[in-house]
Amino acid sequence: MNVLTYLIPVSLLLGGLGLVGFLYTLRSRQYDDPEGDARRILSDEWDDKPRSD
Amino acid sequence: MTALSTNGPAACPGCLAAPADRVDVPLPDAQLALSLPTIHCQACIATVEKALMAHPQVRAARVNLTRKRVMIDADPDATAQGMAKVMMDAGFEAHELDPAALNQTQTDAAGRDLLMRLAVAGFAAMNVMLLSVAVWSGATDATRDMFHWISAAITLPALAFSAQPFFRNAWSALRAKRLNMDVPITLAIVLAVATSLWETGLSGKHAYFDAALALTFFLLAGRWLDARARSAARSAAEELTALEVPRALRLSGGEAQEISISALRVGDQVLVRPGARAPIDGRIVEGASEVDRSALTGETMPVFRQTGDAMSAGEVNLTGPLTMEATAVGTDTSLHQLAALVAVAESGRSRYTSLADRAAKLYAPGVHILSALAFLGWLIWSGDMRVSLNIAAAVLIITCPCALGLAVPAVTTAASGRLFGKGLLIKNATALERLAQVDTVVFDKTGTVTLGTPKVTNWDTLNENEKSVAFALAHGSAHPLAQAIVAKAEETGVVPAPLDGLRERPGFGTTGTVSEALVKLGRPEWIGLETGSKGLCSALDCGGGDIKIITFEDRIRPGAETLVSDLRRQGLDVILLSGDREMPVAHTASQLGIGTHVSDMLPADKVGYVEALLNDGRHVLMVGDGLNDTGALAAAHVSISPAQALDAARAASDIVLLGHDLGPVADALTTARLATKRISENFRIATIYNIVAVPLAVAGMATPLIAALAMSTSSLTVSLNALRIGGRK
Repeated sequence: MNVLTYLIPVSLLLGGLGLVGFLYTLRSRQYDDPEGDARRILSDEWDDKPRSD
Repeated sequence: MTALSTNGPAACPGCLAAPADRVDVPLPDAQLALSLPTIHCQACIATVEKALMAHPQVRAARVNLTRKRVMIDADPDATAQGMAKVMMDAGFEAHELDPAALNQTQTDAAGRDLLMRLAVAGFAAMNVMLLSVAVWSGATDATRDMFHWISAAITLPALAFSAQPFFRNAWSALRAKRLNMDVPITLAIVLAVATSLWETGLSGKHAYFDAALALTFFLLAGRWLDARARSAARSAAEELTALEVPRALRLSGGEAQEISISALRVGDQVLVRPGARAPIDGRIVEGASEVDRSALTGETMPVFRQTGDAMSAGEVNLTGPLTMEATAVGTDTSLHQLAALVAVAESGRSRYTSLADRAAKLYAPGVHILSALAFLGWLIWSGDMRVSLNIAAAVLIITCPCALGLAVPAVTTAASGRLFGKGLLIKNATALERLAQVDTVVFDKTGTVTLGTPKVTNWDTLNENEKSVAFALAHGSAHPLAQAIVAKAEETGVVPAPLDGLRERPGFGTTGTVSEALVKLGRPEWIGLETGSKGLCSALDCGGGDIKIITFEDRIRPGAETLVSDLRRQGLDVILLSGDREMPVAHTASQLGIGTHVSDMLPADKVGYVEALLNDGRHVLMVGDGLNDTGALAAAHVSISPAQALDAARAASDIVLLGHDLGPVADALTTARLATKRISENFRIATIYNIVAVPLAVAGMATPLIAALAMSTSSLTVSLNALRIGGRK
């Protein structure tokens, strides 16, 4: 049972990473246009780096 | 935007009022937004973005397909009208959105805040559930206690953060001495955590940490769906501004100066350019023109106005520039008095209570009484405070309205998503429920079942020479009838006659010379012809003394005919109301197959007619677009207006039709009926779960495992049932 002493923190940490990741995507507005983003991958016009603003 | 937003309905009517005061703040870089109701695929995205980027003023354009709109970064002098024109040329229907309404940071923040809390609750619930599974599968003694303590350590901070909306709502309800859904929710969460902590401290067997978290998670999911739908609809409806800005051109010392309408005083001279709407009531001091009164009265035929005539706010000047002297401004204008009709009529609608509210009203006290009775019963029977409290907590958790909280928002989200796909925007949360009850449909004529743009009906009776002269003359005017001639001529491939000295006499017509003969196109009286007919017509003089009459009729909106026959097949009464004269109204009614029509109606008559129907116990759906309809739109049980309608009409209606086609209205009715059916099915499902689980809880046989099962399965069934409505878009 001693294995639990690190398995539980590890599982919480991994779950926490997922949560932080989600909050990051939420804050950077990645859910503004799910339908459009799904379609854009079909477009022929793509860029190889992010647009510089 | 609210994150993760697909598509949406429903907003509170209060938030939609008074868009007219919004004076636009000049932005350093124009941020423009257009609504594009017809885009649907990646090819559309590419075409729209490419067409806009090709425009010299545009710096960046990005389509949001989910919301069917495009955001444009452009030079400061670019206008949304100009961009809409680019879109029209590219073949997309486009409507301006108000950039000032784009800082929806508030609605934005609310949705995002809920989503954040939802994520935290979900994270904590999953981890605690993981630990609980170990306990359920037989962990004992020190291991169980340790797991319970770890659960408590996760649960307490997670709930303190994520359940705040419920705590706040419950507190404000209690302070106002009311009961709402949030009171039993808060009580259940607090009681569950408190008893679980107590049990854990005493090394007890059952802890409800997972249940408290799962409860919060499911309820937040319902709240978030609700908020998302509401904010999406609210922002979209707010942004669809009227095409005119609340500004006027005041003449001072011979110079026109653009000022806000609110700054106008009685006696000011105002310039009304062709195509503009009169901002105030007044008298014409200079100029002659024809004005379109259709927004105020529903008349299709333009009216001739010259110096000395009165003109009221809201009338559109068609041909020549007019100078008006203000006789009434602000709240005294006839336009504003129409708005007052809306305020009176609207108070009637707020009486409708939604299904969810009705359920909550029965539910909240019931749950409290049940749980208090269970507590008292066990306390008397066993005399054990700890056992009784545990059972009271179990009853509260199991009866807690997880499924009820999801029952309505899940269905409305699915239904309004489906309707948005068809071009209908549901602005009001209860609109679907009210729409499902409709048994009578009342249409306005001009601009609603007809497009309000005339077309030529007797083109073939003209000879080739007359056609080409008419075409050439019509080119010189922006008058709708002239535009109709141009459209018809272009459609039939007529070549314009070589014309010299083309001039427009505003309010009368155009003149020119063809091979030294004077030719004229314009009002029959001006050309020297008394027309007996009251229809829409203009006269053409080709020089030879032979005067021809060109007649017009209003075009029926696409989809109107099928809509009327669909509605009649569904067994609904269809009625046509109009402020126009008897002849065109009767003609339109017979074209569409509408049995009942009433003409020559003033705005107040329309309200009265609708109210009389309502007093007969009918549920009236009003479809209208003009200012003269706003009162009736607000009075009706539920109302729909097209996106091209005036601001006031859109604000007064529950549903906005984004496209040109009227057809989706029939879909809206069927979807609404389906949605209401699903909502009551969902209530029934939730009740069945309670009927099964509550006796177990009261009898003290409920374990945290049973609570978790009941809660999750009922929430899932309810959501899945709601999804059935989505179907194929």
